[in-house]
Amino acid sequence: MTQPAKPNGTTGAALVMGAGIAGMQTALDLAESGFYVYLVEKSPSIGGVMARLDKTFPTNDCAMCILSPKLVECGRHLNIETLTNAEVLSIDGEPGRFRVKVVQHSPYIDRSRCTGCGDCEKACPVSVTNEYEGGLIQRKAVFRPFPQAYPNAFTIQKAERPGCQVSCPAGVHAQGYVALVRDGKFNEAVNLVKRHNPLPGICGRVCHHPCEAGCRRGVLDEPVAICQLKRFIADYENQHPDAGLLPVPSEPRSERVAIVGSGPAGLTAAHFLALDGYQVTIFEALPVAGGMLAVGIPPYRLPKDILNTEIAAIQRLGVEIRTNTALGRDFDLSDLKEQGYRAVFLALGAHRDQKLNIPGEDAGGVLSGVEFLRDFNLGRQVQVGQHVVIIGGGNVAIDAARTARRLGSQSVTIAYRRSRQEMPAAAHEVEAALAEGIGIEFLSAPVEVLTRDGRVHALRCQRMELGPPDASGRRRPVPVPGSEYVIPADIVIAAIGQVPETDFLAQGETKSLVGRWNLLDADRDTLATPIPGVFAGGDAVTGPDTVIEAIAAGRRAAESICRYLQGVDLRGDRDFSRPELTVGKIPLAQATQGRQPMPELPVDARLESFVEVELGFSTEQAVAEAGRCLDCGICAECLECERACKAKAVVHDMTETERELEVGAVVLSPGFEASDASRLFPLGYGRFRNVVTSVEFERILSASGPYEGHVVRPSDHRVPKRIAFIQCAGSRDLKTGAGYCSSVCCMYAIKEAVIAKEHSTEELDITIFYMDMRAYGKDFEKYYLRARDEHGVKFVRARVYDVSETPPGNLLLSYAAEEGTVEKGEFDLVVLSVGLQPSRDLVQLASATGLAMDEYGYLRPSGPEPVSTSHPGIFVSGAAASPKDIPETVVEASAAAAAAAEVLSPQRWKLVKEKEYPPERPVQNRRPRIGVFVCHCGINIGGVVRVPEVVEYARGLPNVVYAEENLYTCSQDTQDRIKELIAQHDLNRVVVASCSPRTHEPLFQQTIREGGLNPYLFEMANIRDQCSWVHMHEPGPATAKSKDLVRMAVAKARLIEPLYRTPVPVTQRALVIGGGVAGITAALGFARQGFQTYLVEREERLGGRLRRLAFTLEGDDVGALLRRLEMELRSHPLVEVYTSANIESIEGFVGNFRTRLGLGNGAAIELEHGAVVVATGGTERTPTEYLYGQDDRVVTLTQLERMLAQDPGPVAVDQVKSVVMIGCVGSREAGHQYCSRVCCSQLMKNALLLKEGHPGAEVVVLYRDIRTYGLKEDAYRKARELGVTFIRYDEQNKPVLEAGPDGIQVVTYDPVLGGHVVIAADLVALAAGVEPAPGARQVAQTLKVPLNEDGFFLEAHVKLRPVDFATDGVFVAGICHAPKTVRESMAQALAAVGRAVTVIARDSIDAGGPVAGVSQARCSGCKTCEEVCQYQAIKVDPDKKKATVESALCKGCGSCAATCRCGAITLKGFTDEQILAEVVALS
Amino acid sequence: MTASSCAQTWEPKIVAFLCHWCSYAGADLAGISRLQYPPNVRVVRVPCSGSVNPLYIVKALQQGADGVLVSGCHPGDCHYLAGNYVARRRFGLLKNLLEHVGVEPDRVQFSWVSAAEGQKFSQVIKEVTESVRKLGPATKLTKARRG
Repeated sequence: MTQPAKPNGTTGAALVMGAGIAGMQTALDLAESGFYVYLVEKSPSIGGVMARLDKTFPTNDCAMCILSPKLVECGRHLNIETLTNAEVLSIDGEPGRFRVKVVQHSPYIDRSRCTGCGDCEKACPVSVTNEYEGGLIQRKAVFRPFPQAYPNAFTIQKAERPGCQVSCPAGVHAQGYVALVRDGKFNEAVNLVKRHNPLPGICGRVCHHPCEAGCRRGVLDEPVAICQLKRFIADYENQHPDAGLLPVPSEPRSERVAIVGSGPAGLTAAHFLALDGYQVTIFEALPVAGGMLAVGIPPYRLPKDILNTEIAAIQRLGVEIRTNTALGRDFDLSDLKEQGYRAVFLALGAHRDQKLNIPGEDAGGVLSGVEFLRDFNLGRQVQVGQHVVIIGGGNVAIDAARTARRLGSQSVTIAYRRSRQEMPAAAHEVEAALAEGIGIEFLSAPVEVLTRDGRVHALRCQRMELGPPDASGRRRPVPVPGSEYVIPADIVIAAIGQVPETDFLAQGETKSLVGRWNLLDADRDTLATPIPGVFAGGDAVTGPDTVIEAIAAGRRAAESICRYLQGVDLRGDRDFSRPELTVGKIPLAQATQGRQPMPELPVDARLESFVEVELGFSTEQAVAEAGRCLDCGICAECLECERACKAKAVVHDMTETERELEVGAVVLSPGFEASDASRLFPLGYGRFRNVVTSVEFERILSASGPYEGHVVRPSDHRVPKRIAFIQCAGSRDLKTGAGYCSSVCCMYAIKEAVIAKEHSTEELDITIFYMDMRAYGKDFEKYYLRARDEHGVKFVRARVYDVSETPPGNLLLSYAAEEGTVEKGEFDLVVLSVGLQPSRDLVQLASATGLAMDEYGYLRPSGPEPVSTSHPGIFVSGAAASPKDIPETVVEASAAAAAAAEVLSPQRWKLVKEKEYPPERPVQNRRPRIGVFVCHCGINIGGVVRVPEVVEYARGLPNVVYAEENLYTCSQDTQDRIKELIAQHDLNRVVVASCSPRTHEPLFQQTIREGGLNPYLFEMANIRDQCSWVHMHEPGPATAKSKDLVRMAVAKARLIEPLYRTPVPVTQRALVIGGGVAGITAALGFARQGFQTYLVEREERLGGRLRRLAFTLEGDDVGALLRRLEMELRSHPLVEVYTSANIESIEGFVGNFRTRLGLGNGAAIELEHGAVVVATGGTERTPTEYLYGQDDRVVTLTQLERMLAQDPGPVAVDQVKSVVMIGCVGSREAGHQYCSRVCCSQLMKNALLLKEGHPGAEVVVLYRDIRTYGLKEDAYRKARELGVTFIRYDEQNKPVLEAGPDGIQVVTYDPVLGGHVVIAADLVALAAGVEPAPGARQVAQTLKVPLNEDGFFLEAHVKLRPVDFATDGVFVAGICHAPKTVRESMAQALAAVGRAVTVIARDSIDAGGPVAGVSQARCSGCKTCEEVCQYQAIKVDPDKKKATVESALCKGCGSCAATCRCGAITLKGFTDEQILAEVVALS
Repeated sequence: MTASSCAQTWEPKIVAFLCHWCSYAGADLAGISRLQYPPNVRVVRVPCSGSVNPLYIVKALQQGADGVLVSGCHPGDCHYLAGNYVARRRFGLLKNLLEHVGVEPDRVQFSWVSAAEGQKFSQVIKEVTESVRKLGPATKLTKARRG
């Protein structure tokens, strides 16, 4: 990775935080303008919220259709480095030089290897809530947020390490095998256990299962019976040995290793060393293998066949076990060395009982517990008495007692010196012993063995009480004086602990091995002893401990021995620490459910034999028990994905990385979050299943959503007949902390309502409960009216205050209607139109960086500079600055790119990468030599389609000179191979049969270009998406179809030709039409980036609307703003201003325009430029109603504003006592069927000025809807607080004005009062609305760009290209596009600059490639092509009567070619010949 | 070959011209979602439904296809602004013409499938296959009669 560092200068790179539509647009604009971009995204995919939307308003475009090409464009851009799963930690520095710390969380999948095939997902047993689908369905722990995601790779979601795994000394992936049991994958489960523990059947019976102590389920009810599940799967494997997935040893190695002792430590070490290929011999002193497992544990707990089966499995790996061969007796360490053993592991165990140290201990009938059990287990004669007393409280004591009971003793008593609580034996063992009639004397310690004739006849004990805790933390037993008593006994068994037998080592050369208490001395981490090559572990080192600790030691010893033999540092990067146990929160809705009961042998049956007591779970029980797992770790680390991934992309121990990036500018576009669910709780969300958020409803509507676009409700999947939308859920409500309007909810609710109606086959009744209908954007009002009048969506102005549930899952809404009445309504489904709130990450980052936020957490700009923050060089765009919709977000994104580019411009083109390619191999006039590559896609294609057959078939096709199959054709190694094969076989066409060209064609095209072929000499056959995946159960037809598709691709490939893009020079200057605030901002934007700019204004003076305004709602001084802008403009050397000038003609195309400018009095000038920004502005409409023009006391809002700014007016404004303002004058009605957007804010602005300047004045606002969208809502609330009166009126029932000598009488109907009110006004101000400026039509005609029916310019795409025209190189900004505020106009102007610079930043643009071409000989000049072309790319020369294509403008859609009557037009890359070859090949 | 044995072995062969931006993407989504549909359709990818020359359709029928499907973006969704409208007008005319020469209307079908409509794509394929199956082999335009 090259780190762009520029000492003492600007860095030509930018960082964009957040890769939603805003971040992607900023990144693309910057990268196309000559800068390197780091695009940092928190989630695994770019795309943001838009990727979750079904349709977009007001055009009902499919969101994914318009977004997914952007994902690919952005993701594959050479100069955009996308960092997903990444977060910005801190930003330091100043404009031009910032240092940004970024942490990239691990996706646990190597993205360079992942092919996105999805095999891991199929293998994953863990399901979690699918956030992308609004939580309506589940997804797997390994996932891709949505099918079109970029990068198209999977991510594994992991939480904290699960408690079970953390608590296991051997680190067994307990959650993993539990999850696999739940999935019925029992053999896979055993296989997983064996990665850490080769003795699952044994551990499933005798392990003290610390995993269960760590189980989070235990907090809720009882821990999952993890140990028993392990037993279940081990038994299952025993019963189904063939289905097992046995571990396979690596290549054999020559080194020999000796292990002394065949207990769990020795066996485990042998297992892992054998798997690594070493030659292992175990030396065992006893006649049987297994150590304590064989001779310490009685068979009713651990049947011998279970033990022997697991030992045999280890022997099968090549481990030799020599029994009856004791160290010290039969051999010593030097013998092992002589025999060629390169390393030794001493796993001797602890088999010698400790002495009681009381009188009479040596009498006959006094036995040691270990000895007693050993003799019994080896089938030797054991002494059994009638009355047996056992001393001790551990598992040995219990084992001895229960064995004695089974051997026929009448009474068996255990004497233990502490209480039950301190007893080290397993609780269920103690229970079982009691059940079997064994007595336990607690707080009883032996004092003397009473003997008769040298044999025990009784045991004298004394009572104990518990004193203060001792070193072990348990309370120390203290004798009670005078409490001695006698228990009759003919056998006493001492079971008070064991020590290793190491006497024979404690001398001579091996002396250093033995430490205190006879224990072996070994490093506690590496298990290395002081003698090189000798390791020791298990009970011999630790003293008597558990089986699982011994297993852990065995595995650790194996790793150490391996390292020792390989000469690798024993410690190295090994982590010996035990992770800490963290217990996460229990999910709120989790129901309690106790564990499955373990079937046991009845007590009577037990005492008759040594048959195993616990019978094990049934399959049903095991699956049900595994189902209780809470999936704490999310990913269970079952490693099935690793096994499933043929590309070897899964890396479970991948770690996060931190990077410090040097950039010149930062753009923050982290987007928004939906309102907290807690804010929606009062409206029933989270309480009633059929109350969903609009985000969830969006997914319900989506064809790719959880219900495949069928409108059903979540509770019972019934089709709803009545749906209610509740607006402002989490918006316009100070109580929930969101006093602002979320700007988008009204429109998306209408959209969702209309789509739901369209999706519904039956009558669907939809009611939207709202306060104000805020359809303020371009063409929104018409959309609203269509929904109401054509689709029959009902709109009810009311506030819903309660939602309750009635059977069967219906919802009862209580609401206050506008008239003040309380109404109720029942619905099948309720959709909450949730608001937007700033992303929490941004709030955190902003506080850390010291960026000023408003009270809601938005980065609200403090001045009129678009997209600015309180820190120069750091910019903000989209919903992080205030709630907004997609077009405005995209506008700000391009504006942010332009603002950042102003900082970066000295370093333009300095850091961007250019790809170097080898020269192209000549192909013209050569026979096609086609190479065909058929992909298995792991098993995604190969599992259904018979790939070798397809390859063989391809080989036989004409012109195919080479064909082969690949596991993954898109993997890096195959890419390299393709390049080599092109040279080797002199290939001049390449066909890949794999997946979709939509995702993979660019990759393969680049590959063959790197291999020296023109990138267009490439064809694809999509045999995955069109064959194997959609005909999964029909391998025959799928294979036949694959052959057909390959044949078609080859047929086309024979005819394809190289295509070239040729550079066309660009005039790196811009023309801006219009000298209002948008035009000035645009011209300055270009100039600040170093581009020569012409600014043309029809009028004598610059400023446009700005000259008529005084203030903005945000408090900007408009006059000062204009003076500042004009001064900079006039003094900027790169700007030429032409006032009183008129555009006479504009010729040319993108990068090469020539404009003829009339300068008055017949003079004209010709300008050359590469881009045009149209900013012709708008004007306030002149009202014809409400006495305007007839009475001086009726003014427009703008006139009122001038008066308030101390300009003289018809009425002395400081004298007025009563002002009436009327909204929507001439807007939102026939002739002007659009909302003028700015008037409501202008109303508030003037009302506040009046109220603040003249608190006594009465201000009444008559309105139809108050449309103070976004943060402007604050002003509306403030106006109400200051006592401004708001009265709503209907379009059909407008206020009536009557002029009188003392004032104007305004009569209006008040729906709240239910009657007419009369207001005496000194002054009436009309919100007169906005119209496009005159002259727009002429500019439209000159530039051949379209206007909408209201006379505003029509952009290329309402959502994603809001400042572009369909004609390349021409852009739009300001009111001429649609009504907007000063700040919005400035932002759009800057956005137009951002877009236009992508054209004029380079000295040439590439034209050609897959575009249309005209055969002049065949063309008849009929002009049909000219009519169908949407891009003015094809023109018929009026003189020659022949069409020609301007390839810089052609987008390659092919409409002209298909329309051409003479067959004169050809679309390169898709010629008639080529397409027909495909069709013919099919027959 | 008797009619009944022909009916048993005959499988309709259908050519589908899919626009790159919406319908081809919808077909991809059907694949990603593993939505199963009959294996009778062979896809020819074109940039836009507006680039489908009526000749392609006629040629396909001549070459032995039993049915032809042309699928593009939903009205208003065209990546090239209005290509699908152009296609719509053109196919209206073509359909009349084909009917006139005796090609059953169900043999040549048009649909709008978006990139998010994997389910719809699979449904369209099922329906087209079924309706063409009902019609039996196409014979009107084929140059060489089937044996």
